[in-house]
Amino acid sequence: MNALQQYIDLYREHSGLLERHAPAVLNALRPSALATLTSARLPRKGEEDYEATDLEAVFAPDYGVNLTRLDYPIDPAESLRCDVPNLSTCLLHTFNDVPHIGHLARRNLNGPIVETFTEAAHNHPDVLAAHLGRLSHKGDATAALNTLLAQDGLLVYMPAGVTAAKPIQLLNILSAARPTMAVRRLLVVAEADSHVRLLACDHTQGSGVQSLNLQVVEMVLGPRATVDYYDLEESNADTRRVSTIFAEQHDGSELLIDGITLTNGLTRNNYHIEVEGERASTQLLGMTIASGSQHVDTRSFVRHSAPRCSSNQMFKYVLSDQAVGAFAGKVLIEEGCPRVEAYQGNRNLCASPEAKMYTKPQLEIYTDDVKASHGTTIGQLDQEAMFYMRTRGIPEHEARRLLMQAFMADVIDSVRFDVLRDRLHHLVEKRFDGTLASCAGCAICK
Amino acid sequence: MNQQQDNTPLNHKPEQDEILRDAVDQEYKYGFVTDIDTAIIPKGLNEDVVRHISALKHEPEWLLDFRLKAFAHWKTLRQPTWGHVHLPEIDYQDISYFAAPKQKKQGEIDPELVETFDKLGIPLQERKALSGMAVDAIVDSVSVRTTYSERLAELGVIFCPISEAVRDYPDLVRKYLGKVVPPTDNFYAALNSAVFSDGSFVYIPKGVRCPMELSSYFRINAAQTGQFERTLIIADDDAYVSYLEGCTAPMRDENQLHAAIVEIFVEDRAEVKYSTVQNWYPGDKDGRGGIYNLVTKRGLCRGDHSKLSWTQVETGSAITWKYPSCILRGDHSVAEFYSVALTRNRQEADTGTKMIHLGRNTRSTIVSKGISAGHSQNSYRGLVRIAPQATGCRNYTQCDSLLLSDTSGAHTFPVIEVGNDSSVVEHEATTSKINEEQIFYCNQRGISTEDAVGLIVNGYAKEVMAKLPMEFAVEAQKLLSVSLEGSIG
Repeated sequence: MNALQQYIDLYREHSGLLERHAPAVLNALRPSALATLTSARLPRKGEEDYEATDLEAVFAPDYGVNLTRLDYPIDPAESLRCDVPNLSTCLLHTFNDVPHIGHLARRNLNGPIVETFTEAAHNHPDVLAAHLGRLSHKGDATAALNTLLAQDGLLVYMPAGVTAAKPIQLLNILSAARPTMAVRRLLVVAEADSHVRLLACDHTQGSGVQSLNLQVVEMVLGPRATVDYYDLEESNADTRRVSTIFAEQHDGSELLIDGITLTNGLTRNNYHIEVEGERASTQLLGMTIASGSQHVDTRSFVRHSAPRCSSNQMFKYVLSDQAVGAFAGKVLIEEGCPRVEAYQGNRNLCASPEAKMYTKPQLEIYTDDVKASHGTTIGQLDQEAMFYMRTRGIPEHEARRLLMQAFMADVIDSVRFDVLRDRLHHLVEKRFDGTLASCAGCAICK
Repeated sequence: MNQQQDNTPLNHKPEQDEILRDAVDQEYKYGFVTDIDTAIIPKGLNEDVVRHISALKHEPEWLLDFRLKAFAHWKTLRQPTWGHVHLPEIDYQDISYFAAPKQKKQGEIDPELVETFDKLGIPLQERKALSGMAVDAIVDSVSVRTTYSERLAELGVIFCPISEAVRDYPDLVRKYLGKVVPPTDNFYAALNSAVFSDGSFVYIPKGVRCPMELSSYFRINAAQTGQFERTLIIADDDAYVSYLEGCTAPMRDENQLHAAIVEIFVEDRAEVKYSTVQNWYPGDKDGRGGIYNLVTKRGLCRGDHSKLSWTQVETGSAITWKYPSCILRGDHSVAEFYSVALTRNRQEADTGTKMIHLGRNTRSTIVSKGISAGHSQNSYRGLVRIAPQATGCRNYTQCDSLLLSDTSGAHTFPVIEVGNDSSVVEHEATTSKINEEQIFYCNQRGISTEDAVGLIVNGYAKEVMAKLPMEFAVEAQKLLSVSLEGSIG
C-alpha cells in the first residue's frame, strides 16, 4: 500500500477547490510537487535515516484535509493562558492550518511584517515569489506533500536593518472532531542586518482523535541577520507531527533553532540547513523528554559550502517507559571550505529497561583544514551521584529528577533570552515530576 | 569564531605540501608479476562453472549443493550501491573464477613461487622461518604451501587449506561453514559461497594455546581473475590463537576482484586475535587499476567469557568495502576492533565494524583511525546494536580522521541502537588535519618537517599498531612509512 496515493487522489479530485482558497504563488508550486510525489514513496521503518520511524504508517490513516477552509470552533482563550510570564510577545494563532493575525498583534509588531500568504500575495508578492518553495523542494516526500496541499501560511518578513523589539509567538492549536491533517507552512525572510526571535508552540486541544501536523518552515537569512527559533511541542499522545525546517544562511548570519519536545505522540523533526555564507554560524539544539509511548525522531542535515562558517548541534534525550528516541545527523563540509568548525553532539539517557534509542551521527568532509567532530553517548544516571545525594537525605525520585534536570540544563541555558530560559527550566521541572500533564484546561498553565 | 585563528594564513607551508605530495606519489613495491605456469578456467560464471570448480577440488556432494544454492540465490541479487565508494557495475562474466599455479611434481612448489614469497618476505621453507610463524601461502585460487602443519598437529591444532579440511575433516567443516556468514547474507557473500576457492582452516581444540602465530598470505598473480578465499577459524573452549593475514597483488591496469569470507567461532573462555595487513595493489596515481576488496568478515563469540579481537591495517586496494563484525552471544564476551585505514591517490575505503550485543554484560571497543591523502575518500561505517535482553553492556567507540590534503575526504557513518537502560554506549569522532602547532613544536626542537609529519602520523596510529603482533607491527609500521612518508622512518 502506498499511503501517498490517497493524498494524490485527493488532490487530483479536488484541486479546483483547493486552489480556489490559495494564493497563485502557492498554486504554482503544486505541479512539480505532484511530479515528485507520483514517483516517490514514504520510507518504512529500518530504511536509511528512518531506523525507528515508519512514515508509511504515519500517513496511512485517512486524514481529512480542511479543503473548504472551514473555521473550527477553537477557543483561543484556552491557550492564551499559555503565555510566558513577564514576556510580552506578538501573539499569532494558527488553528489547525488556518493562520489568524489579531489586531493587537498587528499593532504590536512595529517593524517586522507578518502576513498570511494570501495577504502577502498582494502586499509583498516579490518576497513570496523569490523565496516560497525555493528551499522546500530540496526536501523529501513529506515536504512535497505539504507543498501539494498547503492552502495558506504565515510570512514573517524582516526588511533590511529591522530589529523586532518583541519576540513573535506563533501559537499552533490543533483541534478536530475527526482525524485531520493540518498542513502548516511558515516562511521567514530576514534581510540583511535584521534580527528576530520566534517562539512557536504546538498544542492539541481535546483528545481521542488522531491528527497529523504536517509542517514546513523555510527560513532565509541575509547577511548578518539573526534568527532565533524556539519550537516547543506540547501536544498529546494522539498527535503526530512531521516537520521540516529548511534554512539558508548568508554571510555572517546567525541562526539558532531550539526544538523542545515535552509531550507528544509521534514526532519526526527534519532540519535541513544550508550554510552558504562565510562566517555564518548555526546552532541547532534539541531537547526531548519522553515517557509512555512517546516517539521522537530527529534528522538533521547541515551543509557547509562556504569557508569559515561554524555549526554546533546538541540533541539531548531523556527516555523512560517505552519511549523511543532516534537521531540521525549529518554534517557535510564541501570541497574548498577551509576553517569550518562543526560539532555534533547527541546525549541520551535511557531511564527504563524498555526505552529505546537509535542514533546515527555522521560526518562527510571534503576539506582538510576544518575542525569537525561528533560525540554520542547513551547511558544511565550516574549511580555515584545518586548515591551521594541519597547519603545526604535526598529521596531517590528527587535525586533522579535533579540529575535529569541537570542533564538538560546546558540545552536550556543556550536559550538567548532570560525569561524564556527561566520558563523552560520551570516547565522541564514540572515535566519531570509529572505535574505538567495533570492540568486539564491548558498544558502550559502556571 | 576565534579572531586570531582567522588571521593565520590559509596555506600551510609549501615544504609540508611537498612532503605530502612525495608521500602520495610513492610507488607500490609489490607490483611485480611472477611468470609461472597457471591453469586458468575460462571466464564466465554459470552453474557449470560452479560445478567445475567443485569437481576440480574433488568436493563432496553436500558442498556442491551448498555452492549451487548460494549461486541460485546470488542470481536473484543485485550489486549493492549503498557504500560511499564509486564502485562501477562489475561484469561478473568477464572474470575467471579459478586460477591455480601448476605444480611441477606432486608436493613440490615452483621455485619461481618460492622466490616470489621470498621477495615478499614470507618464508615458505620452515628452516628459514625465524619468527616461528606458521604460514599458509595462497596464490590465486589455491594454497601452495602450509608450513608447520605437522608440528601443530601434535597439539591437535588443525591448520591447513580449507580444501584439505573438506577432505580430511568434513564433519567439522560442515558443522561450521556458512553458520556465521550464511550464503544468503549479502551479494558478495553469496558470490563467494558459490565460487570460493582456497583459504585457511584453523581448529584449536579445547584448552590449547596455539604456540605460534598462524598466518595466511594471499597473493593474486594471474590476470583477469578474481580471488574468492574462504577462511574458517574455530577456537574451542579455553583455546587461544593469534591469526594474521597479509595480501599483495601485481600492478595492472585492470581492476581485479577480491571477495573473501572469513568466519570465526569463539567458544567458552576462548580467545581469537585476528590481524590483517591489507596491501593489495591500490591502482596508480590516476586511479587506473587496483583491487576491489569487497570482503565479509564476521566472528561469533558463542561461548561465555569469549574474546574476539580484530586488528586491521588497510593501505591497499582501489576500493575497500569491509566491516569485520562481532556477534557477542555469550555472556561476558568481549570484542575489539582496531583499525588504521590509509587512502591516497584515488583510493576509496568504506570500512568499519558491527558490534552486535546479544549476551549480558558484553563489552566492545572500537578504535578506528582514518588517514586520507591525495584525492582519496575514507569512510568509517559502523553499527553498535545492543539487544533489549543484553543488559549491562558497554561499548566505547572512537573514530578519528586525519586529512592530509584539501582534496581528500573523511566521513563517519556510525549507527547506534540501544534497547535497554543498563548499557552504556559512547561514541566520539574527530576530523582534523595535521596540527601545524605540533609541526612547529617539532621544528623548534630541530626536527625537520618531514620527520615531524612522520612522528605525528605514527603517533596517531600507535594505539592500533600496538595491538598488532610483533612481527606484523614492524611490517605494518614499515608499510605505513612507505605508503605515506617516503624517507620518513
